[in-house]
Amino acid sequence: MSYITKPTVSHPNLPRNKLGLTSRDYEGTVSTLCAGCGHDSVTAAIIQAVFELNIEPHTIAKMSGIGCSSKTPAYFVSQSHGFNSVHGRMPSVTTGANAANRTLTYIGVSGDGDSLSIGTGQFVHAIRRNLNMCYIIENNGVYGLTKGQFSASADIGTLPKKGLANQQEPIDSVSSAIALGATYIARSFSGDKAQLVPLIKGALVHKGFSLVDVISPCVTFNDHEGSTKSYAHTREHYHHVIDADYIAPAEEIKTAYEEGAAMPVELHDGSKIVLRKIDSEYDPTSRATAFKYLRERFNAGEITTGLLYIDDSRKEMHDLMGNIDTPLSEVPLDTLHPGQDELKKILRRYR
Amino acid sequence: MATVNDVVIKIGTVNGTGSASANGLLMKSIFRMGVPVVGKNYFPSNIQGLPTWYEIRVTGDGYQARSNRVDVMVAMNAQTYARDLAEVSPGGWLIYDSTWPRSTLLDRDDVTVLGIPLSRMCNEHFDGARARILMKNIAYVGAIAALLDIDLDTIKALIEETFAAKQQLIASNMEAIRLGFDYAIQNFVCPLPKKIAAMDGTKGHIIIDGNTAAGLGCMYAGATVGAWYPITPSTSLMDAFRSFCAQYREDPESGKRTYCIIQAEDELAAIGMVLGASWNGARSFTPTSGPGISLMSEFLGFGYYAEIPAVVFNVQRTGPSTGMPTRTQQADILSCAYASHGDTKHVLLFPADPGECFTMAQTSFDLAERLQTPVMVLSDLDIGMNDWMVPDFECDESDVPDRGKVLSAEELEDMENFYRYLDVDGDGIPYRTLPGVHPKGAYFTRGSGHTRYGSYTEDSDAYQDVVDRLLLKWETARSIVPEPEIQYSKSNKAAILCVGSSDGACNEALDRLNEQDTSLNYCRVRAFPFADSVKEFIEQHEIVYVVEQNRDAQLRTLLILDSDADAGKLVSILHYDGLPLDAGFVVNRVVDEQSRGRAA
Repeated sequence: MSYITKPTVSHPNLPRNKLGLTSRDYEGTVSTLCAGCGHDSVTAAIIQAVFELNIEPHTIAKMSGIGCSSKTPAYFVSQSHGFNSVHGRMPSVTTGANAANRTLTYIGVSGDGDSLSIGTGQFVHAIRRNLNMCYIIENNGVYGLTKGQFSASADIGTLPKKGLANQQEPIDSVSSAIALGATYIARSFSGDKAQLVPLIKGALVHKGFSLVDVISPCVTFNDHEGSTKSYAHTREHYHHVIDADYIAPAEEIKTAYEEGAAMPVELHDGSKIVLRKIDSEYDPTSRATAFKYLRERFNAGEITTGLLYIDDSRKEMHDLMGNIDTPLSEVPLDTLHPGQDELKKILRRYR
Repeated sequence: MATVNDVVIKIGTVNGTGSASANGLLMKSIFRMGVPVVGKNYFPSNIQGLPTWYEIRVTGDGYQARSNRVDVMVAMNAQTYARDLAEVSPGGWLIYDSTWPRSTLLDRDDVTVLGIPLSRMCNEHFDGARARILMKNIAYVGAIAALLDIDLDTIKALIEETFAAKQQLIASNMEAIRLGFDYAIQNFVCPLPKKIAAMDGTKGHIIIDGNTAAGLGCMYAGATVGAWYPITPSTSLMDAFRSFCAQYREDPESGKRTYCIIQAEDELAAIGMVLGASWNGARSFTPTSGPGISLMSEFLGFGYYAEIPAVVFNVQRTGPSTGMPTRTQQADILSCAYASHGDTKHVLLFPADPGECFTMAQTSFDLAERLQTPVMVLSDLDIGMNDWMVPDFECDESDVPDRGKVLSAEELEDMENFYRYLDVDGDGIPYRTLPGVHPKGAYFTRGSGHTRYGSYTEDSDAYQDVVDRLLLKWETARSIVPEPEIQYSKSNKAAILCVGSSDGACNEALDRLNEQDTSLNYCRVRAFPFADSVKEFIEQHEIVYVVEQNRDAQLRTLLILDSDADAGKLVSILHYDGLPLDAGFVVNRVVDEQSRGRAA
């Protein structure tokens, strides 16, 4: 727990976005996580992403469950509402919030315990509904707040700080999400902001369920030798399969890419994600080949990162239902019922 | 003894054979003759093949409860024939399908058995197995019409309305009615001494079940987000909401929906969705039953502490555990009142019939938004799934819904600072803001310890400050929840106090006790926390019979806990076999208690 008050003075020449805001305007309170925690790097990446996307702070809703990761919404964009719910239940709260107001930008921050154990059911069903949200898993393979128990994402053979190696099959969020039909699936590393920020930006703009799984080492309980989610292990086994650049609507694609290596994907609002394939075998538009590739690299001990799968054509929850485009919460109540005369007609059925 | 408009018909069939529409036809025909009726469905937790019963009480006096007697039994199910025969009240009649021979062993001297070859007649007149089975049901309606003197034209009009879109079915249904009717006329002395005669007792009334009424109430209350997980006996509430919305909730310009119904993956998610939607400014609700409440408990505590509106309909069924899912009880009173860990308590509303399901659906949203807390409406299977005759619902268009203390963008703009949990008005209710409205309204909603300013805390005083303020809010709730219904009689010493669906049986019991020169006062609580008038009522009496449908006297316990009621004067009358309460049970228990010297 940190008791330092965050200084409010900022550099006068800080760059401003189209709203005239600086990145400081997207910050939150001081983090109370351990020094060096990967989660703080993810927080910084989120701040940069929403700043660069020119999102009005108060139109963001920050959703979380319980755990170290779930505390982090307090550390970014103080001028937006946050909802720190109960363990593993962030997806349902976000589903309801989104049902009421589809126009906000929903950022859910979860952890591997929150999403892959207690909250597996809700994680799975948010994907099934293609809920329009950016779902970030800060994945460190352990339960930090209860001091270092393995989570469901712990790899076979990974060593805890004390005790015996994990022998159970890990649940891999990204390959699960591919199997379940998520429409935007990315994996990155908290230590690679250059890769992470565009992935988060793409996730925020994508209309539908976006998963960004971030390997985010726990410096206190899972950063030792023998851990497969340490900084050292992740850096060594990190495998960029595909990088993504986010290009805002009406912006030119300036960077020249070699033919065959660059693949622009147009998003619903006219913006683009340009995918740069590092491994030409990888096809981020095919669930089957993406899944196969991921499993093969996983078996070889590699952590595949990048934008692993995207499908911007599928309808999100509201459009699947045919709901109005404006927030349901803003429809005046007196227009939501047909009044006394119509009630009389309805009652005729019951005579 | 010959009577008019006081007869109970019970029909035993096999579920999945289409008897529901025949039974509905019978009940509605009587209702349309102006005669008050009560319908109770006793059905198995099963889709096809098990015994099921439908009971129609014809009550010229307009009582609302079941009567615990059977005058005319229609025993269509050979499996339950012996049991059905045993259940007929002395002097009653039993109708059975005489197509096949019946053992003469199964007879009673005090019951008149009437055989009608229903299957044979239907097999001769209709083609196809399905039609023959369905028409057999319609044929017994015809027979009952002859035996009880039900108006055939009324039946015909109903059939014509029902099958307006399928004309060919009108003729076949009427043919089946005629088969039963004519057979009874030709073979028995019709009508029986217990007959039905047209009267003027149903004007301004409808026949409706509580779940349909609550679904309609939610539509009228402006609910836009409904999240649920299917569970008997609450499922038909969302079905009703969906069908009313399908008719009335399409945006006229775009043709798009102004409602969002989400079938959740479980009840944990359903209440999570409701809290998320309500936090975001929508009127949102979930219907469930006891097991769902158990699953929702963690989130209900969150809603209480983080102060988020939510409306939960608990259509109670028989517990504990899975219990008897298709039987009724009032056994979730305590588990709802104190759902979740820590010092948590919830506002409860107790509708007594479908009429109150309609009105309380609307009250529940007003209270949830005014008090910024989950509100649970405790209906039960008897109210929710049975057919009740109730006065017409009214929509007061001048009534302005209470959205509670929600700050607008303009109000926020003019404020220096907004603090989420600050008691500005001294009523224990802080102001809230909705996401997306104004940057100044931003705050962090959390179930962890927080200060009056909304920030995280582990400070004892700051923590206690907030939970103490929640108690002040609880007292505000007490002052605005629906008042009890109180009736005074000649007595000033003894009373009956009950809740919810026990109302019908208790009112009838009061009449019967009055005929025996035992007049009792009456109080039906309609909400928790209990209004001060409940406490005063108990204080006015020497003895209060607390009637409720559970084993553990949950309402009595709650009265002692919340109203500081004198336990010594609260005498429990408990009914918990899963069937709806009947007046005879209450009368007998009161008489028993009085003969034991507890008379007032």
